[in-house]
Amino acid sequence: MSGARQTDARQERPEGASSPPAGARGPVTSGVIRRMGKAALVTAGILAMWEGLVRAFDLPPFILPGPVRVGATLIENAGLIAYHTGITAVEVGLGLLIGALLGAGTAIGLALSPVARAAIQPALIVTQALPVFALAPILTLWLGYGMASKVLMAVLIIYFPVASAFFDGLMRTPKGWLDLAQSMGATPRQLMWRVRIPAAVPALASGLRLAAVYAPIGAVIGEWVGAAGGLGYLMLLANGRAKTDLMFAALIVLAAMAVLLYKAVGEVCDRITARME
Amino acid sequence: MTEVGVVLEGSARLDATPLFSDVRLELAPGGWTCLLGPSGCGKSTILRLIAGLDTGARFDGTLCASDASPLEGRVAYMAQEDLLLPWLDVAGNVAVGARLRGEPIPPERVNHVIGEVGLGPHARKRPGQLSGGQRQRVALARTLMEDRPVVLLDEPFSALDARTRAEMQEVAARTLAGRTALLVTHDPAEAARMGDRVYLMGAGGVEEIAVPPTRAIRTLGAAETLTFGAELMARLRAA
Repeated sequence: MSGARQTDARQERPEGASSPPAGARGPVTSGVIRRMGKAALVTAGILAMWEGLVRAFDLPPFILPGPVRVGATLIENAGLIAYHTGITAVEVGLGLLIGALLGAGTAIGLALSPVARAAIQPALIVTQALPVFALAPILTLWLGYGMASKVLMAVLIIYFPVASAFFDGLMRTPKGWLDLAQSMGATPRQLMWRVRIPAAVPALASGLRLAAVYAPIGAVIGEWVGAAGGLGYLMLLANGRAKTDLMFAALIVLAAMAVLLYKAVGEVCDRITARME
Repeated sequence: MTEVGVVLEGSARLDATPLFSDVRLELAPGGWTCLLGPSGCGKSTILRLIAGLDTGARFDGTLCASDASPLEGRVAYMAQEDLLLPWLDVAGNVAVGARLRGEPIPPERVNHVIGEVGLGPHARKRPGQLSGGQRQRVALARTLMEDRPVVLLDEPFSALDARTRAEMQEVAARTLAGRTALLVTHDPAEAARMGDRVYLMGAGGVEEIAVPPTRAIRTLGAAETLTFGAELMARLRAA
């Protein structure tokens, strides 16, 4: 909608006012540092409370290990954890890539063809009503203990959010642009490619952000059901052997990976969206 | 370019509510016709009917060109919003019609048209870097690029400040000379300045109003233009 709606706001703006001058980076950078400092302070506070709790109640390490012990375990088992992180990262990355491509492709297909909308959309919603987690054992049965079942799990879990967000965007092209294109004799294909898809990029970006959150969940659930490697597998293994400290170490790495992935996808989405506006 | 006249005759209704009835509108071939009326009187519907755009209304009547060929593909459309694509630069926006039809883009013609509206130095800028008046100039260049004998303008200058509006009226009159233009407007002063033929649209229908002897575009501030503007204003209030 931005193109049509922001017109009035832009009336009075002089040339070149849209981008801040090059010298304006200073306060932004110091703001980031201050925010990071605050985050570090909060994290340190939580870790201190955690350690304090463990010591005050003298909790045994197989119930709740303190952060110091978890940290030590993380360093001791760095190689092992790195190996399993690699597996999960590949599963998540492949799942995200394939799921995003399939979801975006479906959205474009649905937007282009009313027949496809009538035929596929109800089926799509039914598949979404089915909890994907319930499929995990079947996927493992069909595809085995390797990566394929986890990748497929991640694909299934992100496919719908991506397809549905992008499809909504494609169907909400500002009417003025459609009128203009019609008066110019646009072909449906060119209209899709030149106007509707670029205009829907912000919607696709919000779908991808969701996908970045869901993809690790899909992969880890797949690993829990049956796997020979990956952080989910490692956590289950550690838990079964009462190696709670290793489980926490794996959990922390998983959380860090998920946050990094979310930030990275968010950054890419922000850049692409900024180019479109 | 051969001058094409357009005649629209008929009635339109939205479900059961009549929008306008027994209207007859004749566009001056190769000149400017202004359709003046208050907001919501259905003047944009008339423009959209001629443009072949969806109106949501049911039209009973005839719409034909003076040479009896269909109008389809011979009409260019310019709206109040500039409708620029923010991800394309000025040159990209001006050439968007060819892109959308999957045709090759003639770069010299794009440059020529951008020069004609006075945006030569801005050809590589994005719409976000331009002022409202400049953006509307890009929209005009895009309309010129289409090179159609009939040009429909739906209040294209009404969101601009007074000075920019007067400038844009002059640029449009100069660059669109020889084409059949329909300008829909709610501004009597604009109709008084731009109209070779002026229609007033009100609740009672559409009425043609005699224009002063000088051809449009008339001089801003000339006694004749001001008097005609005042007359249109009085009629608009009475309608």
